[in-house]
Amino acid sequence: MQWEIVIGLEVHSQLSTRSKIFSGASTAYGAPPNTQACVIDLALPGVLPVLNKGAVERAVKLGLSVGAKINSPSIFARKNYFYPDLPKGYQISQYELPVVQGGSIQIQVNGVEKNIRLTRAHLEEDAGKSLHEDFHGMSGIDLNRAGTPLLEIVSEPDMRSSAEAVAYAKTLHALVRWIGICDGNMQEGSFRCDANVSVRPRDTEKLGTRCEIKNLNSFRFLEKAIDFEARRQIEILEDGGTIRQETRLYDANKDETRTMRTKEDANDYRYFPDPDLLPLEIPQHWIDQIKQTMPELPQVRRDRYVSKFALSAYDASALTSSRETADYFEATVTQLPAQAKLCANWIMGEISGQLNKEGIEIAACPISPEQLAVLLMRISDGTISGKAAKTVFESMWSGELDKNVDAIIAAKGLKQISDDNAIEQLVDQVLAANAQQVADYRNGKEKAFNSLIGQIMKATQGKANPAQVNAMLKKKLAE
Amino acid sequence: MFNASLKQLSSQLAEKKISSTELTTEFLNRIKKLNPEYNAFITLNEDISLAQAQAADKMLASGQAGPLTGIPIAQKDIFCAKGWLTTCGSKMLSNFISPYDAGVIERFNQAGTVNIGKTNMDEFAMGSSNETSFYGLVKNPWDVAAVPGGSSGGAACAVAARLAPAATGTDTGGSIRQPAALCGISGIKPTYGLVSRYGMIAFASSLDQGGPMAKSAEDLALLLNIMVGFDPRDSTSLQRDVEDYARDLQKPLAGLRIGLPKEYFAEGMSKDVESAIEKALDEYRKLGAEMVEISLPNAALSIPVYYVLAPAEASSNLSRFDGVRYGHRAPSYSDLGDMYRKTRAQGFGAEVKRRILIGTYVLSHGYYDAYYIKAQKLRRLIAQDFTEAYQQCNIIMGPTTPTVAFNLGEKSGDPIQMYLSDIYTSAANLTGLPAMSIPVGFGDKNRPVGLHIIGNYFMEAQMLNAAHQYQQITDWHLQSPV
Repeated sequence: MQWEIVIGLEVHSQLSTRSKIFSGASTAYGAPPNTQACVIDLALPGVLPVLNKGAVERAVKLGLSVGAKINSPSIFARKNYFYPDLPKGYQISQYELPVVQGGSIQIQVNGVEKNIRLTRAHLEEDAGKSLHEDFHGMSGIDLNRAGTPLLEIVSEPDMRSSAEAVAYAKTLHALVRWIGICDGNMQEGSFRCDANVSVRPRDTEKLGTRCEIKNLNSFRFLEKAIDFEARRQIEILEDGGTIRQETRLYDANKDETRTMRTKEDANDYRYFPDPDLLPLEIPQHWIDQIKQTMPELPQVRRDRYVSKFALSAYDASALTSSRETADYFEATVTQLPAQAKLCANWIMGEISGQLNKEGIEIAACPISPEQLAVLLMRISDGTISGKAAKTVFESMWSGELDKNVDAIIAAKGLKQISDDNAIEQLVDQVLAANAQQVADYRNGKEKAFNSLIGQIMKATQGKANPAQVNAMLKKKLAE
Repeated sequence: MFNASLKQLSSQLAEKKISSTELTTEFLNRIKKLNPEYNAFITLNEDISLAQAQAADKMLASGQAGPLTGIPIAQKDIFCAKGWLTTCGSKMLSNFISPYDAGVIERFNQAGTVNIGKTNMDEFAMGSSNETSFYGLVKNPWDVAAVPGGSSGGAACAVAARLAPAATGTDTGGSIRQPAALCGISGIKPTYGLVSRYGMIAFASSLDQGGPMAKSAEDLALLLNIMVGFDPRDSTSLQRDVEDYARDLQKPLAGLRIGLPKEYFAEGMSKDVESAIEKALDEYRKLGAEMVEISLPNAALSIPVYYVLAPAEASSNLSRFDGVRYGHRAPSYSDLGDMYRKTRAQGFGAEVKRRILIGTYVLSHGYYDAYYIKAQKLRRLIAQDFTEAYQQCNIIMGPTTPTVAFNLGEKSGDPIQMYLSDIYTSAANLTGLPAMSIPVGFGDKNRPVGLHIIGNYFMEAQMLNAAHQYQQITDWHLQSPV
């Protein structure tokens, strides 16, 4: 039987506010345990939550960027369960009326566009951390993370392969960073995915029983966990078994998922509206105000790069993979608008290659867009060859001569010979000194042409403009 | 001195006839003498009280004193106060020294009053007789065989027995007004949102409201001037212009339309209470007020609605008492689940457990709509009744409680009978309306009777005016059992 995999993702995105969602304590990562937990985070008797406006603003930004409805009012609800790292014995979340409802995200897989619908996105607080190392025979609790603002972004089950799921997660990851609501740091848990996976016979409607795979903290694990889980479910069904609805944990070391809890031992969370927090009203004028501060969205920029700069969809996508990359491209291309493709090639080629190699972000690139533009101008006006440009680029990267392109060209003698007379003279000299090869060429030996080019380049140490040399040589040989 | 009004104490302090230190010492000595009998206080902390008194004396000497600077106030043990054991009447918090001040405590500290001690209360404010306290029952100073009411039973007893000039209370279903009535003192629960709930240990967040308990309406007005105010740390706190609650005390009552709900003057009210209430209403007629019969058709639903919503919120609010971070933890346990079970089994008393169970049940999957959602709908209907009633009258009066104080032990085995003590009071919590109780005489066994006054939203000044005018022509509020 042919099977179809159905995937929906829940992403917990940590919002980049400086303080927590219901208290004034800092959200900075990595502080010594329990130094960033105030009386509210500790849930001392009598304390009360006060909503952080910055968290709401960030949720609205996500809503606006995916074309969703912003609910007003939305309601905070208590999700009740006992766990040592949940100080109040309940998590403040949103249940029946989330702040963001609907919307969609465009993804691309192998050049094919697909629309993934969002169900909702809701605000909630993170729990603390249980440390199961041995503290004199006990577990430790670190409440620094308790109360950190999260936006849980829930998709519809619209993805049909792990590749689509990864594309969705990557697009969403880029988006939350692009609009500045989340730092996207997956190692620190700022962007965590849970995947709901089910399978069904191809061309059928009814969804199969799903399993939820928890805490996939890298795109690679997301892909592998979905692939494993889908295979597992298909094997069970093909053996005549049934899928049990459950929550599973991905074990990266063994590359498998295993049962965490079944539906039967799921908690009854007894959700009810939190009486300590009023319904959240988001007036239209505030939404309009937030809209004003929103950057141009990646999808809009992508389309603009295609229409205005005649870039391919692939190039446009690559350049808009992050706002910093896109901004870098734009700052470069404004200096030489006619050479967009050259700019794109260099940013995705040399620049990105070098950044990857050194493991740094484009924001920290040692060559500024303006400096890169000067270099590219020297290529396009024929001052240097593309090959020489790479030498200049390396010098700039290592900071030689204040990254001054012209100074580097001069110092290294990389200036290209582009003067027609000079080239004619060169060609004449070489032709005179190589009568045999000229004869060979005229007798039909095409190879002799390349040898003559080589002679000319050698004589100029590669500085002669290859296109001009080529044209002049052809002209002379045809005489 | 023990019978003096706040105004009198204030002028004695201002005129240096007595110092705050002397006043505080006098009250501490009286507490030490009488408290072993009444058990109105859970914690005394003479060092802190006297240090505050000395600071107040400095303020008084330097002319920086406010109206109540230097006056001792008894604080209900539900308010977190920095450096004080803050137990909420529970074994669960029997070792909890608060590291911070509640909003209310802060406001009293800024006003320069002295915290004379933390008063006894029903455990987590759940009870109407002060018999559920881990720290033992409180006795009614009018008759030590009787309950003082609850949950602010210690506060009511302390004021009635003149162990403190005034006290704070909290009121979730009647916990200020019912003990005030049973102990023959005055108490007011302001409009929901006027008094900060920050640092006031939550029972049912949407119903809880702090308020003052004192001998007279005039004292209440002065205390409200301190207690009321916006607190950005409480999202349900209301941001309003500052009011002087004493501004209208002297207004004549001529033309005041008093609504008498026919449902409150029906079966259920005992004869002795009825006769005292009728006499009080006669006094109001003499003052020029007009009586209007009104109807609150859904009022009878207050108790069932209250006993769905309050336990629902409580079951969640009390989840934080888990033995992990502070408070009681079972001395021995086998694993995490066992630690939770034993800690909560040992730390909570029977009434608290009963309400946690009720609340957990009504919020459970499959029961939520039938109980919680339905109760919320009825809550809106009850509020509508009052909105309509206030088209016909300015203020509503009736009995605070159906009977005078019952005997200790009389209802402690019958929760339903106990819950019915709040039959007249819980509607004000469900609607958020301000309500108060003032003493209007004595019923059976010479036990006090309270008149219940329910105002429209934010009409505290009008209610205090009505109460004060009554207290100008009667002296029930001046009578003391000791």
